[in-house]
Amino acid sequence: MIGSMNTNTYTRYGYADLLPLMERMTGDEKHDDASTSTLDILWVLYDKVLRVFPDQPERGDRDRFLLSKGHGPTAYYAVLAAKGFFPVEWLDEFGAFESPLGHHPDRALVPGVEISSGSLGHGLPIAVGRALALRSLGSSSRVVVLVGDAELDEGSNHEAIAVAGRLGLDSITVVVVDNGSATHGWPGGIARRFEVEGWVGRNVDGRSHDELERALSAPAESRASDGTAAPLVVVARVEQRGA
Amino acid sequence: MTTMRDRFYSVTEELLATDECAALVLADIGAARVRTALDRYPGRATNVGIREQAMVGVAAGLAMEGFRPILHSYAPFLVERTFEQLKLDLSHQGVGAILASVGASYDWAEGGRTHQAPGDVAVLDTLPGWNVHVPGHPDEVEMLLRYEMDRSGPAYIRLGSQSNARATLTQPGRFVPLRTYDDAVATIVAVGPFLDRTVEAVRDLRVNVVYAATVRPFDSETLLRVAGSQQDVILVEPYLAGTSIREVTETRGLSPRVLGLGVPRSEFRRYGNADEHDAAHGLDAAGIRRSVVAFLDERAPVLS
Repeated sequence: MIGSMNTNTYTRYGYADLLPLMERMTGDEKHDDASTSTLDILWVLYDKVLRVFPDQPERGDRDRFLLSKGHGPTAYYAVLAAKGFFPVEWLDEFGAFESPLGHHPDRALVPGVEISSGSLGHGLPIAVGRALALRSLGSSSRVVVLVGDAELDEGSNHEAIAVAGRLGLDSITVVVVDNGSATHGWPGGIARRFEVEGWVGRNVDGRSHDELERALSAPAESRASDGTAAPLVVVARVEQRGA
Repeated sequence: MTTMRDRFYSVTEELLATDECAALVLADIGAARVRTALDRYPGRATNVGIREQAMVGVAAGLAMEGFRPILHSYAPFLVERTFEQLKLDLSHQGVGAILASVGASYDWAEGGRTHQAPGDVAVLDTLPGWNVHVPGHPDEVEMLLRYEMDRSGPAYIRLGSQSNARATLTQPGRFVPLRTYDDAVATIVAVGPFLDRTVEAVRDLRVNVVYAATVRPFDSETLLRVAGSQQDVILVEPYLAGTSIREVTETRGLSPRVLGLGVPRSEFRRYGNADEHDAAHGLDAAGIRRSVVAFLDERAPVLS
């Protein structure tokens, strides 16, 4: 590890600081689409929705946030640093040999990172296991997973979507950041793919903090049409990749 | 007679009942055999349906929250289909699970290639820190399963339909020297269910026999103690031939010629049963004897 946790400084940073924090990693004002597409979603999650403890990142009663779409993690790192999970100075060494911050996040190296991701289609199945475990333990913690619309191409997601829906794992919330990058698209809409498996689906503007907060903050009220517990999917539309 | 598989199911149910950290994730295979546990411990005992990738991911999630998951299926579906999940969801995340496979190299020979996994141990050998157990008797399945339940790392237990007449293992993880001679020219490491036939194959030859029910980590210490620095080493493994040769050649102090007997890499388009496949691959007692004698040439003195 480089440096030490500084949990006293995080309140200094707000949403307006995120782009400058990201620039500490990219070195200029260019941000690739993979990073910026998740920026608002991540900020709303960490600022308004998730129950997390930057000074105790492994506290048992925390919500679990799983960044399944691990590529383009600069927005994620910026938000974690802004919230005090690790010193912002770490950002300057992004990708360096001795840096804990790689181009895909590693839970063994970065406080607050719940899964090591990079290969697509791994977060959702792991989330199902964590939700089953938390249910067994009687925990009320949420398990929130961020995936990309193109990531849903990976069949492993659909194994997990079916299982989570059928087992009524209502602690799970999946946020799909939809920048229209799936090669063959999702005719009928992404939310429907989840809904036929028993999920509750909501579509929001992925740049609207109010819409995101509303959609993400009310999982307890989500119930499938037959009244059974249901996991929640929030499809967050952002601008087309490359637009 | 109780099979390895029977014993696996009964011990797994008992562990779920007595250890609240024990978890079980199935992909249909075996679900009918542990129905009571699946009903009684929903959450930590789950059948995800025919979804092996999800089986491993779900197990990883359970392990991250402190559970000790057992996974189970046919070897090719448990190890080969899910390989990236084993590499990333378990190893890379730094969590473990107990994988218990059935089917071995060709237990269901009539089933053909799809249900055969002679390469399972070699595939897992590319991953760091896995314990790999190849029990040779139902009692050893129980001993190894209980042993792994008290641990936290990744482990593989390879169940098979072939079995030795009696259990030999006394201490999980260690080789068992069975026959040793001061003037032996070679030491044979017989793995799991191939012990009895190996003993029969060399019963009148002056060679040492060591039994291995755990091949990773490889008990080089016991092998070196038995084989010394001068003897040749012969591996008799019930999976891909030569899988453990490197473990022998990397053992400091040994400088042997090594013969690695096992299942050949080439696909073998025959049905029948496992005994017929063993014979075809020279892995019955007669075949093992032929290979050992040929390898040792005239240097294998017959016992007087």
